[in-house]
Amino acid sequence: MRDAGASSAPPLVEVDGLKMYFPITSGLLRRRTGDVKAVDDVSFTIAAGETLGLVGESGCGKSTCGRAILRLYTPTAGRVRIDGHAVSEASPAELRRLRPMMQMVFQDPQASLNPRMTVAAIIGEPLEEHTTLTRAEKLDRIYSLMDAVGLNRAFANRYPHEFSGGQRQRIGIARALALNPKFIVCDEPIAALDVSIQAQVVNLLEDLQAQFGLTYLFISHDLSMVRHIANRVAVMYLGRIVELAPRDDLYGRPQHPYTQALLSAVPEPDPRIEATRRRIILKGDVPSPARPPAGCAFSTRCPQVMDICRAERPALTQIAPGHLAACHLHRPTTATAGRTGGIEAPRTGTPEQTQQGETA
Amino acid sequence: MTETPLRPPRSQWAEVWDQFRTHRGAMVGMVVFLAIAALVILGPWVYRVDPTFINIRARNQGMSWTYPLGTDQLGRDMLARLIAGGRVSISVGLTAMALSILLGTFIGLLAGYFRRLDGPLMRLTDLFLALPLLPLLLVMVLFFREPLATRFGPETGIFVLIVVAIGVTSWMQTARIVRGDVLALKEREFVLAARSIGTPDRRMLSRHILPNVMSPIMVSATLGIANAIITESALSFLGLGFPPDFPTWGRLLFDAVDYIRDYPERVFWPGLMISLIVLSANFIGDGLRDALDPRIRGR
Repeated sequence: MRDAGASSAPPLVEVDGLKMYFPITSGLLRRRTGDVKAVDDVSFTIAAGETLGLVGESGCGKSTCGRAILRLYTPTAGRVRIDGHAVSEASPAELRRLRPMMQMVFQDPQASLNPRMTVAAIIGEPLEEHTTLTRAEKLDRIYSLMDAVGLNRAFANRYPHEFSGGQRQRIGIARALALNPKFIVCDEPIAALDVSIQAQVVNLLEDLQAQFGLTYLFISHDLSMVRHIANRVAVMYLGRIVELAPRDDLYGRPQHPYTQALLSAVPEPDPRIEATRRRIILKGDVPSPARPPAGCAFSTRCPQVMDICRAERPALTQIAPGHLAACHLHRPTTATAGRTGGIEAPRTGTPEQTQQGETA
Repeated sequence: MTETPLRPPRSQWAEVWDQFRTHRGAMVGMVVFLAIAALVILGPWVYRVDPTFINIRARNQGMSWTYPLGTDQLGRDMLARLIAGGRVSISVGLTAMALSILLGTFIGLLAGYFRRLDGPLMRLTDLFLALPLLPLLLVMVLFFREPLATRFGPETGIFVLIVVAIGVTSWMQTARIVRGDVLALKEREFVLAARSIGTPDRRMLSRHILPNVMSPIMVSATLGIANAIITESALSFLGLGFPPDFPTWGRLLFDAVDYIRDYPERVFWPGLMISLIVLSANFIGDGLRDALDPRIRGR
């Protein structure tokens, strides 16, 4: 359904070949001796009104990716277009005019609110910067935003430290909504919250999406929460997208070994299924993004690694309609071939068998 | 929605004052500070004695109704000299402190916030720290005393010279402290959040960075007053400051040191005044720092 909408109208957010390298300097002269490739050649699109989930383990470049899209960092390479505006090439003055369209909700609600400002001042700051409302109009808008995110109006004069984590996150969301943005990057908005509060905040985000027609990039490492909120999901590993698919396809038929391993780690609420759940335990650590392995970045830990994986980097290719994966196990095929199960058949076996079958 | 009428946002300064009043030390400090200020400002109108009038026959007097604090070795009235000296010392202390805090905060903010300016500004700070203070002051006084004296008159001229000399040689500590705090602050997420809103740098500094570095600035400001008063007295003692007959607290103190065995009260009064001013300034700064922090406020 979403894909059909996306193909007819141009997507709201287009990210093309985004790279974000941080230089490593060393020695007395602080010469540049290498790069930390936090985000390496990431491309995706997000349709208007859609939620794209971006998942991956810590340090895989999810947050950096979100920040580079909003030009909070200057990307090393690549293009970002949001609602037809070239965000990645905008001059500082243009960028300032584009800011109201794209906003961000931060991970740590404690750190993302200035401790010296009242709630009213925090929510009012975007209005201060981008509108010419009078003081009374501004206060009115602040109150209506506080209503929208479920904060009592009487809290307007309080300071962030007087609130609980969930309430602080609501303040952050109200600030992001103040300028009627089209696109919001939610950078792990629930990671710092209690489990009981997480659901509230996610439901609030969903309600606001329905109410204001928002588009989200939802960055998280909580796979169950992403399954709840996202329409499509992208999985990142070491700065690259390894799999990108509609939610049900990704959770139902994960194609990349890394995605399979990630999903196998999600606990099941039903104890009977949980008892039979088979975890794929990955060995070793994530390689340093300063020196990623040659070939496929996941080749050092992949249970189904082949010779070609260590030599050649797999491209992100379509293996089923709307389902993209970067893995040599899946050669680019026509959409029908992906569905017949010719590729998926050996995957039901143990990893060893699959490996033998593939290399033979 | 709610029945209770909503309070419109209060001015921050009203809340700061509310909190400041609850800090007992700060209130006592402020009362002492204002009392001394009133004494030195209003004193000359009430106690009409010329502090520079020499009455050699009435020298080295003790406390009496004619000379409430006695006289010095030239027969000058000590109370009148204390009042006149307080005017100079307090104004030198406050202005030099203000100048050094302004300079230090400005340089610290720029160095901490703009990565490109960090290297040059911090090397400049190191340069100033490495300069030997007294020879530098000597050179400054030699070069600028005459032009300034002809421009502003002898007393204002030397006042400007001393304030500037103390100000430009004491901002380095503040700059370093502020820079360190700014470096830590600008990595916080609320600065990133402000950037995502599109807040320009100047308002980023004034709205987000500066209010959060107020505490160390307050502390170095209160210490700065003490430092300025003491540096001024050292300068006067070396003959680089105000002329010898011109009373300041530091001057009175150093003049009295020679007679400390015979007339210890002459050291006591200016010493007490300097201590009281410094102490009360410290308490006021302490209270202000607490009052400016919303996390402490309301507790």
